[in-house]
Amino acid sequence: MTLLSVRDLRVSFPTRSGIFEAVRGVSFDLGRERLGVVGESGSGKSMTGRAILGLVRPPGRVTAQRLELEGQSILNLPEPQMRRLRGARISMVMQDPKFSLNPVMTVGRQIMESYRLHGKGDPRAKALEMLAAVQIRDPQRVFDAYPHEVSGGMGQRIMIAMMLAPDPDILIADEPTSALDVSVRNEVLHILDRLVRERGMGLIFISHDLNLVAQFCDRVLIMYAGRVVEELPAADLTRARHPYTQGLLNSLPRLDRPVDRLAVLQRQSSWRED
Amino acid sequence: MLRVENLNVWFGFPPDRVDAVQSVSFQVPQGQSYGLVGESGSGKSTILRAITGLIDTWSGDIRVADQAVAGRKRSRAFHKAVQMVFQDPYASLHPRHSVDRVLSETLHLQGMHDIDRRIAQLLDAVGLGSGFRFRYPHQLSGGQRQRVAIARALAAEPRLLLLDEPTSALDVSVQAEILNLLADLRRERGLTYVMVSHDLSVVAHMCDRLAVMRQGRIVEEMDAASLRAGRAQSEYARELLTASASYDRGWSGA
Repeated sequence: MTLLSVRDLRVSFPTRSGIFEAVRGVSFDLGRERLGVVGESGSGKSMTGRAILGLVRPPGRVTAQRLELEGQSILNLPEPQMRRLRGARISMVMQDPKFSLNPVMTVGRQIMESYRLHGKGDPRAKALEMLAAVQIRDPQRVFDAYPHEVSGGMGQRIMIAMMLAPDPDILIADEPTSALDVSVRNEVLHILDRLVRERGMGLIFISHDLNLVAQFCDRVLIMYAGRVVEELPAADLTRARHPYTQGLLNSLPRLDRPVDRLAVLQRQSSWRED
Repeated sequence: MLRVENLNVWFGFPPDRVDAVQSVSFQVPQGQSYGLVGESGSGKSTILRAITGLIDTWSGDIRVADQAVAGRKRSRAFHKAVQMVFQDPYASLHPRHSVDRVLSETLHLQGMHDIDRRIAQLLDAVGLGSGFRFRYPHQLSGGQRQRVAIARALAAEPRLLLLDEPTSALDVSVQAEILNLLADLRRERGLTYVMVSHDLSVVAHMCDRLAVMRQGRIVEEMDAASLRAGRAQSEYARELLTASASYDRGWSGA
């Protein structure tokens, strides 16, 4: 079943030297699956996530033939309507918990706040339940803690707990593990994975880490200069056909394949076009 | 080239004293590249900062080319021999100083003459043409900024470079370019590297030997071949290797 349908999504910004298109005609459908979006900085992957959530501020402009959440258009909704959608139906986890949590508010109050805006029932019980759901061993202690009193991995789990409290249909995770150590990273991924399976959520996983995406996601979109240049099942990433995807893969140092020099990506202007 | 013996680094005072590095010893011969790996908070960057004199609360013995260093003060000769490249090229360059100013100031501080010619040479060495000379950091990409940071470190003509996660803020394609550049510079100039990274495959690619750190201590020292083959002696190093190798869906940490 299709949760989110995107056709010909474009995001443009006016600049002194004309219109700059950060996203140039992106199309995809998201079901209850883990969809990876990979690309370098500036490829438009984060901007695609922000456009879906209506977070592109003027003078930035979002256009699309279609941007539908379960059959209903969410393209350029008025802000009050968008606000009801954001968090409740589509949620986003950002890269660095240090900058996304309110430093002067306890963790528990922040989660309760996000729940009160969208949910019903006892917010305190729900907040504690969510903290337990993201594998925090002592939810009561963390509930009363301030963000500076918890580690980075814990902070990221708190962010996820907060975003999941209102039970969204779609979670957009923008580099959710880039600031984390490998051991903590695997724990956070495991939590995301379980939530997708158990709640039937759709996950858009934005990352620059090809190997991680290949192992974690079901399907991958590879973006270059604002366009999707290749789409393929994550398991087939090593068999990618587009020279850009191949170039990215080859530029990675690998433990199992020692090389003298790393291959350097030779960019071609044709990759920008269809 | 570098010898560190029984290094302890701490922050704060009892009862809140944190021992960030505890009895760490290692040495790096001239021309070799040595890696420090471990999770955040394991003390790997702290070691580099203690060596350069950015931290003065340390004890033990640090020798660079058989010269002992003490406390926080470093001699002019030390900074000529040892330079550092930081993780984030967005934060380590002054936003209002042009590339020309960054480099000429450094060259001037190092007491160099013939500054004009040297700037051109440095930019050449890091693969930036002279066209970049009068640009400001905001006119450069992340990879270009890191090249400027490397040029600045090379300005003193050092023999030992301390590299603190030099590519972790960069895209993989740019990372490959910077790692190739660092490898070339080491070969051409006979440089010695100490490189901190959380990425094991980067360390395996760049370094001859490495130390795995945990909670301020070195738990294991090994060579790059053992790292590639997954031959770790200690349980922690084995765990780190496995965790880095893959995210396994069957993983059960619940």
